[in-house]
Amino acid sequence: MRLSLFVTCINDTMFPRTGQAVVTLLERLGHEVHFPQEQTCCGQAHINTGYRRDALPLLRNFLRVFGGTDRIVVPSASCAGTVRDLYVQMADEIGDAALQRDVAAVAARTFELSELLVHQLGLEDVGAFFPHRVTYHPTCHSLRVLHLGEAPLRLLRAVRGLSLVPLPDAAECCGFGGTFSVKNEATSLAMLADKTAALRTIDADYCVAADNSCLMHIGGATHRAGAPIQMRHLAEILASTEQAGFA
Amino acid sequence: MSAPAEPFRTGRALPRFEDVASSALANEQLRRNLGRATSTIRGKCASVVGEMEDWDALREAGSRIKEHTMATLAQQLERLEASVTAAGGQVHWARDAADACQIVTSLAQRHAATEVIKVKSITTDEIRLNSALSAAGITAIETDLAELIIQLADEPSSHILVPAIHKNRTEIRDLFRRTIGDSTLSDEPSALAEAARSHLRQKFLTVPFAVSGANFAVADTGAICVVESEGNGRMCLTLPDVLVTVMGIEKVVPHWSNLGVYFQLLPRSSTGERMNPYTSVWTGVHPGDGPQEFHLVLLDNGRTKVLGDHVGRQTLHCIRCSACLNVCPVYSRTGGHAYGSVYPGPIGAILTPQLLGVEEADSLPYASTLCGACYDVCPVKINIPEVLLHLRGQIVERQRRGMGTHPYGATERAAMRLTAWILQSRWRYELAQRVARIAQWPFVRQGVLARLPGYGARWTRARDLQAVPPRAFRDWWRAR
Repeated sequence: MRLSLFVTCINDTMFPRTGQAVVTLLERLGHEVHFPQEQTCCGQAHINTGYRRDALPLLRNFLRVFGGTDRIVVPSASCAGTVRDLYVQMADEIGDAALQRDVAAVAARTFELSELLVHQLGLEDVGAFFPHRVTYHPTCHSLRVLHLGEAPLRLLRAVRGLSLVPLPDAAECCGFGGTFSVKNEATSLAMLADKTAALRTIDADYCVAADNSCLMHIGGATHRAGAPIQMRHLAEILASTEQAGFA
Repeated sequence: MSAPAEPFRTGRALPRFEDVASSALANEQLRRNLGRATSTIRGKCASVVGEMEDWDALREAGSRIKEHTMATLAQQLERLEASVTAAGGQVHWARDAADACQIVTSLAQRHAATEVIKVKSITTDEIRLNSALSAAGITAIETDLAELIIQLADEPSSHILVPAIHKNRTEIRDLFRRTIGDSTLSDEPSALAEAARSHLRQKFLTVPFAVSGANFAVADTGAICVVESEGNGRMCLTLPDVLVTVMGIEKVVPHWSNLGVYFQLLPRSSTGERMNPYTSVWTGVHPGDGPQEFHLVLLDNGRTKVLGDHVGRQTLHCIRCSACLNVCPVYSRTGGHAYGSVYPGPIGAILTPQLLGVEEADSLPYASTLCGACYDVCPVKINIPEVLLHLRGQIVERQRRGMGTHPYGATERAAMRLTAWILQSRWRYELAQRVARIAQWPFVRQGVLARLPGYGARWTRARDLQAVPPRAFRDWWRAR
């Protein structure tokens, strides 16, 4: 299948390994991956802080870049959620019928990685090998915007050598919330402290999620504390094989 | 007598959420009390909601009934007025808090009341009825246990349903010893309840004037409904001679049969019970049975303004169950006082700025990570994250038009405009990636930024930030 990769600006700039993992994984599964280089950012930060007017050109850019018929794969639940949820809200608010139609069409083709693998391609075992103790943090937008449910866990359970360690109070927000993390620094840190405390109660080598933004937040605290646990995007685990470790 | 000029409005903007939250977060006892209480209620609710196979259909029904009601609110209220009047009640219309306080106070004065007994009511807290009555020399006695506790402690409520959630039983024992109990009182829940019961029973039997709120009012029959768990409400609604009910106009439902939906949704979402313990429903007056004079005060106080906003309007669907408070990761750590109003938590973060005007409460729409737990659990499907974003948008628009300032200053606007401009072009974006790699250089230590200046310090005080790596994904893509 021909797939278009929307890598997201944060992965492109800060976490290039995640994008590489997506390409490696999907090509290994026999798919043809395209990366339209005109892509930049979905504008989530702008929309979430109230700057919809400024985000509108980014929405239009996204429609232009991903205007074909390919399915669009996004290694981020919150950026996929922006296209599927926030773009639709914006188009409705503007009330432009053509824009609403274009947004609906692109939203219907946009999938977060685990959603694409499990729900679109019907896969669970992607042939990965990762002989480590791994815990999974379901990010808020994976759970409550995209409703990914068990999809990421089903993929992880099928990884050879991987031992999945349950995370207590996993569904609790880590306290990131974009600019919330600095506007409400104290509350954000209280939430983060509870998340890292939960991680300390388990014996896991890696904490895995579908969003690098949340992992960057949690990892910021574990790194500061000198904790040995490593943060990894789900794609990097799934891209790892006996022949080539990825994560 | 004169009611406070504009109760509920303080005449100045509410304190900033994050300022009050910081001090609440520093109180370890408060955090333990809140954490324990919210997780207990959350667990109870989740378990009884999980039993319902048709929960989503019920939520959908609860939402649709409210949507229809809001779309026909004027007619529903006129039907309600006609039904209540036909059943022997009297209906009063209050434009704002001052109006409502004036109406209740005059009624109390007409009956020469020096004391009134009250059923727990957030609406009367919203209009600050107790202080208006007090200014007229009338003492309001709260009869709900938790309301009594915070009234005795002279503190505001911190939760819609459990106003004293921030207190543990030892703190309550000490308070009761100082006020209504004796020095031998223990901190056993039954002993605390007994102390309150003895104090209140004598009030129920002697005070002939009661004030209540309302959970629902049925337009086609004129029936008014109050749900509660302690029986104190039943006492207030049946024993006195005169009953005055203050109700927000959004509490009306068109038909009696609509209550069947909410009687399933509300107890499971609020107290985690399958059925509400005390459900009182009355229609007008009946000779020789219950209060012989009944007044219904219909309160606007900003609600019609909320109704006029096509996104914000869904806020009026709220049935005050407080499920959103209990699941909120922000509320469950900061408690209710940080929200600066009688409506705390996620629902307060959207209701208060709309009732007061966003300029009066402009930090509240930002008091959320947009985690979505509130929307997931809401029994009437209020999309709280959507309304939060809508309100953030209004604050930004006001600032853009020079009608107000942004709570986080002009810098954010400049940064957002600049980054949006950069991100509109692939070339500017790729240039910015290169600039970021160079600009971070003075701050990078062993692959992380551990101390950023200015606003960035709010991140790096307690968190490291991974440095921007030397090659972007797109550089790898082009090179492969």
